[in-house]
Amino acid sequence: MNRDDIIINIEHVSKSFGDKKVLDDINLYVKKGEFITFLGPSGCGKTTLLRLIAGFLDADSGTITMEGKDIDGIPPYMRPLNTVFQRYALFPHLDVYDNIAFGLKLNNVPEDEIEARVMKVLKLVSMNDYEDRDVNSLSGGQQQRIAIARAIVNRPKVLLLDEPLAALDLKMRKDMQIELKEMHKKLGITFIYVTHDQEEALTLSDTIVVLNEGRIQQIGTPTDIYNEPQNEFVADFIGESNILNGTMIADKKVSFIGHEFECVDEGFGENVPVDVVVRPEDIYIMNQLKGAQFSGEVKSCIFKGVHYEMTVETDNGFELMIQDYNAFEVGSTVGMFVKPVDIQVMKKACTANVFKGVMTSLNTVEILGCEYECPETPGISKDDEVNVEVDFDKVDLLDNKDDAPQFGNVSFILYKGDRYHLTIVTPEGYHVLADTHDVWDKNDIVGIKILPQDMKITKA
Amino acid sequence: MMKKIFARAYLAFVLFLLYAPIMFIAVFSFTKAKSLGNWTGFTTDLYKSLFSGASAESQNILSALGTTLLIALVASVIATFLGTLAAIGIYYMRGKKKAALQFLNNIPMLNPDIITGVSLFLLFVFLHISQGLVTVILAHVTFCTPYVVLNVMPKLTQMNPNIYEAALDLGATPRQALSKVLVPQLLPGMFSGFVLSFVMSLDDFAVTFFTRGSGGLETLSTFIYADARKGGLTPELKPLMTIIFLVILIVLIIMNIRSSNKNKHL
Repeated sequence: MNRDDIIINIEHVSKSFGDKKVLDDINLYVKKGEFITFLGPSGCGKTTLLRLIAGFLDADSGTITMEGKDIDGIPPYMRPLNTVFQRYALFPHLDVYDNIAFGLKLNNVPEDEIEARVMKVLKLVSMNDYEDRDVNSLSGGQQQRIAIARAIVNRPKVLLLDEPLAALDLKMRKDMQIELKEMHKKLGITFIYVTHDQEEALTLSDTIVVLNEGRIQQIGTPTDIYNEPQNEFVADFIGESNILNGTMIADKKVSFIGHEFECVDEGFGENVPVDVVVRPEDIYIMNQLKGAQFSGEVKSCIFKGVHYEMTVETDNGFELMIQDYNAFEVGSTVGMFVKPVDIQVMKKACTANVFKGVMTSLNTVEILGCEYECPETPGISKDDEVNVEVDFDKVDLLDNKDDAPQFGNVSFILYKGDRYHLTIVTPEGYHVLADTHDVWDKNDIVGIKILPQDMKITKA
Repeated sequence: MMKKIFARAYLAFVLFLLYAPIMFIAVFSFTKAKSLGNWTGFTTDLYKSLFSGASAESQNILSALGTTLLIALVASVIATFLGTLAAIGIYYMRGKKKAALQFLNNIPMLNPDIITGVSLFLLFVFLHISQGLVTVILAHVTFCTPYVVLNVMPKLTQMNPNIYEAALDLGATPRQALSKVLVPQLLPGMFSGFVLSFVMSLDDFAVTFFTRGSGGLETLSTFIYADARKGGLTPELKPLMTIIFLVILIVLIIMNIRSSNKNKHL
């Protein structure tokens, strides 16, 4: 990678608002002329990252360089980039022409050049003849075009776009996506785009940066991100997927849903627990069992426009989502198979909860900010620092938060075909992972109970 | 039907109570009788004598009026400036600090004038500031500024929060962003804050009384107070009050028409 091709380089950037860490050690670079998208759910830190680049916020630590120069401390009005804001932020007291000319006038560009440039960008955003209009009289889509024109007329090296299409209706959004892509081609400048809409990101971007809870989950091309998600979060967030617990038996051999499959992944080791992702359109479904790798019963079948979406319960009791152009009758027995290339194997981030704690007596331990009963363990005494290991399915979740020593907020739910895999965050910010068959909703408050016999205590 | 008549009569009665005193003065400004309430035939002599400044009294009135207008103008210009900047500052604050400052801003408005006046008087004495026109203006600025803050604040909350940043982004320095983007947005609020300050200043007696010092500075309110204590009001005050009432009425009507026109546009 040639260093000259990098226009923005972000190294070890962190940012907190109060106690909340919004960005945690962000590292990425932006290539000159590319269309890069920061993608993630609301609150993942994508907008904060954009505002750091624009200069509206300062990072707590780390450096952001632009064309090799550190831009820390350079105020936004001195940075060679322009922003298109989510809610347009046009100046209501100025007409279309003066809105677009605002930046040029500040830079003392000669009057005739201003006029020529304004007219040119108006044409570029298909808004010719609108120069005398009051901006308040324009529709949302038109205002957004003017906002884009106002930014690009200054010929920035980088254009920042903060969810620019979020306020538009679906049809308008689709049209604008195409226009943005064309504009990017025509202008040849770098676009940094922020969105929570995965489809938009896949459509527009050269590179996607997936963010969650202030951390980068994956950086890659749209096809990389879609076909080879690196973790559960990316697999779940981008497109639809079946995410399942599996075991890597050996190289190119993985077992999940109670069957063994050939795959193309290697280097995980033998008998290693993994997560397996299979996209719903990659499971082949047929009315016969001949040639099938496994069988199942169709539980539901819904028409989705282009395809049918079916839920199938497999012979071993796992639920799979399958998309196919043909409908299969509910209740019928079907055969299925998956091609080796369509099985994406991911390393598990962890296979059990490990909590750091301190023994408060021989049979109590302080973990998750609370005191839990624990088994007496030979060789471990009061005040010892310990690691407490608890399997995912040994964490009991209770309706009433007062029935357990600690409680938490369900922050992420993943369906794994036969169970739900929940991430629970305690008020102090500890993460607890739990497998359950019960149905919980996001943001439910649950009590976290752990029985003493389910804890494995080792000295830290 | 009865109910309707009663409702109308009640409304008319309330309006009569509200406006009778000023109507009374307006009517009697067109007669020459020295004592109030005596009708000695229609004449505009009082108006003529007020504006010609023929008598010593009308000269005193005109000079007090001039002082009053000067104080009101200077004080409300300063208050508008300070109040607008304060409102912007408070708007961009967060959490507890913001709530605390908004609360502190409200107290001077609820504080009785007499307490504001006496405390300012004591402050000026304590600081050895000789009292006169300047102290009166300073005093008026202190009680007008919170009203400007109160009028500008809603304009800030209505504004798109990204507008200021958009200006910076397009190359405006913070000062340029303030003058070219923020102020035009806030202008209606600043204007109503200014008008309110102006009227509050015109209206003030208690604060002026305690901060004007002993140099013989007279505003309309202190002049009328002194005049009334001397025994009987100067007759020329009646046409002056009528005119002031009319001016304020016209300004209010214009402001109302303007705001209703604006609403039609939206």
